[in-house]
Amino acid sequence: MSIDLQTVKKIASLSRISVTDAEAEAMVPELNNILGWVEQLGEVDVTGVEPMTAVIPNKLRLRDDVVTDGNVRDRVLANAPQAEHGFFAVPKVIE
Amino acid sequence: MTELTDLTVAEIRDGFRAGDFSAREVAEAFNANVAAAKALNAFIVETPEKALEAADAADRAKAAGEALKPLSGVPIGMKDLFCTEGVQTTAASHMLEGFTPTYESTVSRKLWDAGAGMLGKLNLDQFAMGSSNETSYFGNVISPWRRGGGDNAALAPGGSSGGSSAAISARLCPAATGTDTGGSIRQPAAFTGISGIKPTYGRCSRWGIVAFASSLDQAGPMARTVRDNAILLETMAGFDPKDSTSLDLAVPQWEANLSSDLKGKKVGIPKEYRPDGLNAEISAMWDRGIEWLKDAGAEVVDVSLPHTKYALPTYYIIAPAEASSNLARYDGVRYGQRDLPDGAGLQDMYAATRAAGFGPEVKRRIMIGTYVLSAGFYDAYYTQAQKVRALIARDFEQAFEKCDLLLTPTAPSASFALGEKQADPLAMYLNDVFTVPASLAGLPAMAVPGGLDAQGLPLGLQIIGKALDEQTVLNAGLAIEERAGFAARPDKWW
Repeated sequence: MSIDLQTVKKIASLSRISVTDAEAEAMVPELNNILGWVEQLGEVDVTGVEPMTAVIPNKLRLRDDVVTDGNVRDRVLANAPQAEHGFFAVPKVIE
Repeated sequence: MTELTDLTVAEIRDGFRAGDFSAREVAEAFNANVAAAKALNAFIVETPEKALEAADAADRAKAAGEALKPLSGVPIGMKDLFCTEGVQTTAASHMLEGFTPTYESTVSRKLWDAGAGMLGKLNLDQFAMGSSNETSYFGNVISPWRRGGGDNAALAPGGSSGGSSAAISARLCPAATGTDTGGSIRQPAAFTGISGIKPTYGRCSRWGIVAFASSLDQAGPMARTVRDNAILLETMAGFDPKDSTSLDLAVPQWEANLSSDLKGKKVGIPKEYRPDGLNAEISAMWDRGIEWLKDAGAEVVDVSLPHTKYALPTYYIIAPAEASSNLARYDGVRYGQRDLPDGAGLQDMYAATRAAGFGPEVKRRIMIGTYVLSAGFYDAYYTQAQKVRALIARDFEQAFEKCDLLLTPTAPSASFALGEKQADPLAMYLNDVFTVPASLAGLPAMAVPGGLDAQGLPLGLQIIGKALDEQTVLNAGLAIEERAGFAARPDKWW
């Protein structure tokens, strides 16, 4: 599997990272190099092996469905690049 | 009299209690060393006032005859991956520059509650992605160590916890926090001649730590002695209902139970960790380590971890996959930076913000992660890696049927010069070849210094233990520490 310029641009777009043509071009050999190397995993026989999802056996806990904090709107918004009227503000989405 | 900044955590704690010096004297001595070491670039933010505040509280408590806390009088450094309330937390990224958390991470909260004071926020590889501290937005950390013979090349302090390792070995702090995803505590400890332990996954809460790869990230202490690591880890570990992967177990008394008598213990030597072409000095260091553990009463057995060679490629699928998901939150809406080109819509804002806020290595890993999780490739890459990860963990389980701990080198080489490996990401990734397998299996693992190479640079040994058996890891670390007698320190040039 070899990655071309088109693929790099598609991955960048899925990653929500804008790249210039020159940047994308530079990434082609880099990503190919790394992905070519990880492809050696294909040679491992994994027949009957379950994918690992937790390294240490640990049962997922559920907590009671009650409010444990809240009323901290200003603290939540404190680091927002832009906040208005008690909300995170984003550029206009709907015309 | 010994300089206060040469004392270990245990010596500071005990000396303060005995009235040999005040907590303020200790804090002032370390603050002065921090202020005089700008050339190392180990700190992103210095907080001398926080160190003094905790010291004064300790002095007042002592004067009033109140009960002292476990770390009263001890100042430490905090890796800038831990959110600290009211103090900028950046993960060494431009993305989070200026981010001032309104909350405290559980681990740092526990340390402050135990009486520790904060000297500052330590530099690291950006979002903890790197093995040399060359990916920080705030500039490289320079190791205090130099090669012998008048070679003044700036060396890597290791990564990602390179600010922590540099600061401890240069006596800017007696101990610091680190985080380890694929070796980020152990490799920098080895590069700078100090000790550090990554506990079993789930021992320390990840709440409030800027996430990199959630199934791997684990906090741990770094310090100059094994005992200091035990002291710090006891404070940092413990159940946290705010982290769903936190283990609901009591914290053992690791310090009180420290013993370097390894009689009855079996040490496994994994043959796959001695590949053809292993650096001869690393190999010799490892052999000395084996002799030291035998001298401590342990029996040595050969073991095999057949999937070792697949650990790094597995890691470089799983870690970027989780990173691509974790770092999706940096979008220009909730934290730090926003880049809004003229007339841009929401999607353009995300893409511009992330292009400007992330460094090249972070972008590279997010994109690899996005690729291996994308439709059509998910099973071939990600599911396959999770299956191989299960086999790597099973290798360890089978090895531990024959032994109680494993001894290996920590890194394939001593520290290298900054810039030396930067051109080739793959060459840099290979630095973690000995540390990554234990991370994938979630096992406790520790680096302790073993000696110096021919150029006068530290080399580390790694001890890997069974899940939840930090005690045996620390005990073996102590046995090596006592026998190695590692007393070397960098000559002050900064």
